[in-house]
Amino acid sequence: MSKMIQRYSERERMNHWVIAILFFMAGLSGLAFFHPSMFWLTNFFGGGPWTRILHPFLGVLMFLSFAGLMLKVWHHNKITEADKKWLTAVSEVVSGHEETLQNVGRYNGGQKVLFWIMVACMFVLLVSGIMFWQPWFADAFPIGLRRLAVLLHALSAAVLIIGVIVHVYAAIWVKGTIRAMTRGSVSEAWARKHHPAWHREMTRNG
Amino acid sequence: MANLQSLDVAARSATTTPSPSVRQVPQVAKLIDESKCIGCKACQVACMNWNDLRDEVGQNIGVYDNPADLSPSSWTVMRFFEVEPQAGNLEWLIRKDGCMHCEDPGCLKACPSPGAIVQYGNGIVDFHQDACIGCGNCVTGCPFNIPRISKKDSKAYKCSLCSDRVSVGLEPACVKTCPTGAIGFGTKEDMVAYGNKRAAELKDRGFQNAGLYNPEGVGGTHVMYVLKHADKPELEGLPLNASISPVVSLWKGGLKPLALLGMGAAVLGGLLHYLKVGPNDADAEAKEREAS
Repeated sequence: MSKMIQRYSERERMNHWVIAILFFMAGLSGLAFFHPSMFWLTNFFGGGPWTRILHPFLGVLMFLSFAGLMLKVWHHNKITEADKKWLTAVSEVVSGHEETLQNVGRYNGGQKVLFWIMVACMFVLLVSGIMFWQPWFADAFPIGLRRLAVLLHALSAAVLIIGVIVHVYAAIWVKGTIRAMTRGSVSEAWARKHHPAWHREMTRNG
Repeated sequence: MANLQSLDVAARSATTTPSPSVRQVPQVAKLIDESKCIGCKACQVACMNWNDLRDEVGQNIGVYDNPADLSPSSWTVMRFFEVEPQAGNLEWLIRKDGCMHCEDPGCLKACPSPGAIVQYGNGIVDFHQDACIGCGNCVTGCPFNIPRISKKDSKAYKCSLCSDRVSVGLEPACVKTCPTGAIGFGTKEDMVAYGNKRAAELKDRGFQNAGLYNPEGVGGTHVMYVLKHADKPELEGLPLNASISPVVSLWKGGLKPLALLGMGAAVLGGLLHYLKVGPNDADAEAKEREAS
């Protein structure tokens, strides 16, 4: 076993899993209303009216916990030239050849793009959700605006869910990733292969 | 209101399979002839009486409208309009507002709760409050701004076209009580024919643009108006081209299958990718290199 490198602090890991749990709760309760084939999911939340009552609170909590982690990591997610190169070479990465990309830092281009997609979705979900939150805020907005809000809410939720599917799959595919979020550390081999620039930085300092 | 088995179901909210609809039921309609309406509000009283509704006593807002708007306890209101369809020619128009019972109901389309909104075989669109979850999507879906969510129980309410009365062969309460015969009720076919006849009579009497309000955009309605100025329904707060908002259609029509397809494709794509490419295992590769 090679040497381990610290990737996420205890606080970040806890924050991540709180988001994950809230994402599943808000997501499943929202999907219940998205398509009749999934209305049965309301059974997990105590029936239709309870699901309608709980969903916005779960959503707001998800947003707040996401905001906590976002503020912690956003500066690692500025898109650089190396990321643009990663993005143009994405098909090679997906087919298992990332050797040519030696300038990938703490996060690769795909992770960064996904991060910003998630940030955008979270903001749209929050704002649009408030606009038709019964019984408190919906009446404050004209019906035409509420129509737009429900459409954007559903659209951004779908994009977020697809984004999370990609996020989860990437963690399953790239072995040794999940322990970064459970134990907080990754192996040196993992870092050298997937995030070589970050690896150089970490080993130089450490 | 009540789920009446005698009225067969044409459509049911959040339901993707056909509803029980084997029996043939005649389509019904209510016809409101504004040229015969005197604004007495007897229909409002009859509606309250039959449906056991008592709205809170509100404030006078300076016009005859009382109550000022539809509410969970006021399923119909008379709206009064002082308008000049032609310059210098003041007219006082009175419209009995309430659910239009659309053939293609936007509320039903938008509702996420199975069976909370049904359309009976006879065309009546009814809310079943026991299945209502209080999300307000019906308000978003309606092109006529009709449903109201109760602050008391977070359920949506609107005119039921007295589905309970109609199911046992009676006319709606407002129709029964109208002292001038301004509100008619019968088969949709008869009401369309009668409405057109009334419009022709009004044209003879000088209302050149009189006509039947039965908007095509929502497939026609089961509550229709004979309007003196059918070319300008906006004079009385009715949309000229009533239809379900394209935003609602996009949300409930295009987005749903696309999004589900996208989610399914993402999961399936991941699985296939894993089967084809296999795990991306840096540690195993490092170990192999060491061994060789």
